Amino acid sequence: MADPMRIRANMAGDKVEVRVLMSHEMETGQRKDAKGDIVPAHFIQNVTVTHAGKTVLSAQWGPAISKNPFMHFRFKGGKPGEKVTISWVDNKGDKRTDEATISGG
Amino acid sequence: MDIKRREVLKAGSGAGVLALAAAAGLVKPGEASAQEWNKAAFGTKSFADTVKALGGGGSTESRDIQITAPDIAENGAVVPISIESRLAKTQAIAIMIEKNPNTLSANFEIPDGTDPFVTTRVKMGETSNVYALVKADGRYFHAVKEIKVTVGGCGG
Repeated sequence: MADPMRIRANMAGDKVEVRVLMSHEMETGQRKDAKGDIVPAHFIQNVTVTHAGKTVLSAQWGPAISKNPFMHFRFKGGKPGEKVTISWVDNKGDKRTDEATISGG
Repeated sequence: MDIKRREVLKAGSGAGVLALAAAAGLVKPGEASAQEWNKAAFGTKSFADTVKALGGGGSTESRDIQITAPDIAENGAVVPISIESRLAKTQAIAIMIEKNPNTLSANFEIPDGTDPFVTTRVKMGETSNVYALVKADGRYFHAVKEIKVTVGGCGG
């Protein structure tokens, strides 16, 4: 199981500003190890962010997203104290879900 | 239940089982990937082919898409890219890097209520044009910016 995501969600005016840092190798499948063998691709493919039962962002990623992926976006309709939930699934079927509480601006 | 289980077992192993299990409602939606991963789009090798694989007939260059990224990236393994669209009814934002082994890096779907803005970090193998493709009101628009890479981020 991968390490927890670091999620910051805080109010910026009437919007919720979300910054998330995930812990993942994001191996491209192009790289060779010391013996010259290809290191198999291992990367996050799907990311979903939900708030109050509604998807506020969904993404499909390829292996070109950097190691330990970072994402920053904003959505309307959230209030301090409410939760933002973020899930990812990678190409090997590993997955992780974490949540954060929206803090005041 | 038993019949479904038989069908799942007969169907083979790996991803097929997962997909079937999801279809049969054996895996909670949201647990398994509820969404598909567009394998065809992530396998493309040019801007035009990626637009097609994402469902567009073509794309128009637009000044209403802003790409914020460094002109020169010293480390191609971590290149910060922000894309903001001022196009009405923006539905999706994709990032493409022309000279990477595969063009498409990411595709973000932007529901109503979410700003047409996203920042992430990408890998770049070499100096390349970076495209921001925006789907707005069912049509496709793009902006392009060249980013020079000093040390590539795809090798060992």
